[in-house]
Amino acid sequence: MSAVSLHGVDKRFGEVHALDGIELTVDSGEFVSLIGPSGCGKSTLLRVVADLEQPSAGTVAVGGKAPRQARLDQEYGIAFQQAGLLEWRTVTENVELPLHVHGMSKARRRARAAELLELVGLTEFAGSRPSELSGGMQQRVAIARALAPSPRLLLMDEPFGALDEMTRERMQAELLRIARETGAAVLFVTHSIPEAVVLSDRVVVMSPRPGRITDIVGGRRPGGGDPTDDPTDLAPDDIEDVRESGTFFAAITAVREALRKGHG
Amino acid sequence: MRSRTPLAAVAGFALLVALWELVKLLVPADGVSVGGTRVLPRTDDAAMPHVWTVLARLGDPEVAGAAAARPVGVAVASGALFTLGLALGGLVLGGLLGVVLALVMHRVGLVERAVLPYVVASQTVPLIAIAPLVAGWGGKIAIAGWAWQPWASVMVISSYLAFFPVAVGMLRGLTSPARADVELFRAMAAGWWTTLVRLRLPAAVPHLLPAVRLAAAAAVVGAIVAEISTGTTGGIGRLIISYAQSATGDPSRMYAAILGAAVLGLVAAAAVGALDVGLRRYRGSVR
Ligand SMILES: Nc1ncnc2c1ncn2[C@@H]1O[C@H](COP(=O)(O)OP(=O)(O)O)[C@@H](O)[C@H]1O
Ligand SMILES: [Mg+2]
Repeated sequence: MSAVSLHGVDKRFGEVHALDGIELTVDSGEFVSLIGPSGCGKSTLLRVVADLEQPSAGTVAVGGKAPRQARLDQEYGIAFQQAGLLEWRTVTENVELPLHVHGMSKARRRARAAELLELVGLTEFAGSRPSELSGGMQQRVAIARALAPSPRLLLMDEPFGALDEMTRERMQAELLRIARETGAAVLFVTHSIPEAVVLSDRVVVMSPRPGRITDIVGGRRPGGGDPTDDPTDLAPDDIEDVRESGTFFAAITAVREALRKGHG
Repeated sequence: MRSRTPLAAVAGFALLVALWELVKLLVPADGVSVGGTRVLPRTDDAAMPHVWTVLARLGDPEVAGAAAARPVGVAVASGALFTLGLALGGLVLGGLLGVVLALVMHRVGLVERAVLPYVVASQTVPLIAIAPLVAGWGGKIAIAGWAWQPWASVMVISSYLAFFPVAVGMLRGLTSPARADVELFRAMAAGWWTTLVRLRLPAAVPHLLPAVRLAAAAAVVGAIVAEISTGTTGGIGRLIISYAQSATGDPSRMYAAILGAAVLGLVAAAAVGALDVGLRRYRGSVR
C-alpha cells in the first residue's frame, strides 16, 4: 500500500490556484522531495496530505485512509522550518508531546522518548530546555517528536531551511539514516536542489500559477527504483560519497533543467 | 530579575521614608510660599509627623485613658488584615471571572467582538458610582438563607476592578501561540481542551502574571475605596477616615493607618510574587 496517493487534487484560495491536477504517489518507505519556486504550492500540497487544508477537488489517501482519519490515527508525523518546541517543556517532554496528547502512560512515554533521543543522538540533553540547544539540535528534537507515535509517514516542510550549510549537511545524513532505520516514507519540501537530490528517491519538480507538477526526476538513485530492496543502496555514511558522485551531479542537472523548463 | 521584586519594594518603601524625613528637614515648617500661594506644604509636626512618631503611635492605646483599649497598632493591623482578606477575595473572584470570560470569548470568537467593548466600557463607570449600587442590590439579596453582608459588597466591588486586567491579559495570552504551534497540535489530533491545557494556558502565563499584578493593586484600591463609600466598618479604609476625623491635633494616628494600607499593598504584591515563583517554568514561554 502506498504511503500517500493524490489524484486530480486541486486547491484554490479564492483567486489563487495553489494546486492544479496533482497526481502523485509516494510508496511506503520512499523518500520524495518537492521542489520549486516560492508560491508553487509545495506547502499547500503537504498541508493537504496532513489534513491541515481541504482540497477543492480530487482524492487524497494517506496510508489508505482519508486524510482526516489518518491525522486522527497519527499516521503521519510533521516538522516545519521552525522547530516549534514548547519552551516550558524539557527536551524529553517535547518529544513525548504527541504521546502525552494521546494519553499514553508516563512510563511508556518516557521509555519511548529515551529511545528516540538515542536515535537522534541527544540523550545527554534529555533534561535540557529547548532554548539551551542549537538550531540543529532543536530541529533534531522536532524530528524525534514527529517520530514519537511511530508514524509510517514523515511530512517535512523545509525543516533545515533555517540551518547553516554545515549543520544542514549533517542533518541530511542524519535524516537519511533515521528514515532508513524507521522505514518511514518521507515527503520533504525544500528550496535546495542538492538537498532534494542527495536525500530523495524521487524529486518532484513543481511550477507556480497554477501550482502543478512539471516533472519527476530520479534522485541519487537514478530511475528511482524500489528503495527497500535495492542492493546498490547507499549506506548513510556514504552520503559524502554521494555528494561527489557522477549520478549526483547528473541528477542535479536534471532537476535544474526541469525547474528552468517549468519557469519558461 | 523578578525574584528581587520584593526586595525592590522594601527598598522603595525605605526610600519613601527617607524622602519624607528629608522634606521635613529641608523645607521650613511653614512650607514655602510664592506670592501668597503655598507651593510646598507645611512640614511642622502637625502636618508631617516624624516617621518615628507615627511608629511610636502604633503602641499607644486607641482611646486615650481607657486602660483596656487596644493599641493603635493592633487596630491598624486588624483593619489591614480585614481589608487584605476582602481584597484577596476580590482578586480571586475577579481573577476567576476574568479567566472564565477570556476562555468564553476565545472559545466563541463572536463573543469576543460582542463582549469586549462592554468589558472595556465597564471600567469607565466610576467606582464611586457603582459602590452604593452594589451595596443597595446586595441589601436585597439572601442566598440560600445567608443574608448579604456589607463586606460582601466590598469584595464584589473589589473584584469588579480586578477582573478587567485579568480578562484582557488572559485573552491576549490564549491567542499568543504561533500559528505553527496551533497547527502542530491539530496535526497531533489534539482537541480544543487538550490544546488549551497543553498549549494555550502555558503560553498565557507570561501575559497573565503582569495582569494579575495589576489586578492585585486594583483589588486593594477597590476594597479600600469600597469600604469607605459603602460605610463598611472593620477595614483599614474606614479606620483612615475615622482617625482623620478624630485626629485634630494628632495626625500621626491617621498616618499610622495609611502606613497600614501601604503595608497591605506590599503584602498583596508579595502574594502575587509567590504566584510568579510557582509558575516560573512557564515564564519564558513568550516566543
Ligand atoms: N491560507 C491561504 N490563503 C490564501 N492563499 C494562500 C494560503 N496558503 C497559501 N496560499 C497561496 O497559495 C500559493 C501557494 O502557497 P504555498 O503552498 O505556501 O507555496 P510554497 O510553499 O511552494 O512557497 C501562494 O500563492 C500562496 O500565497
Ligand atoms: Mg512553503
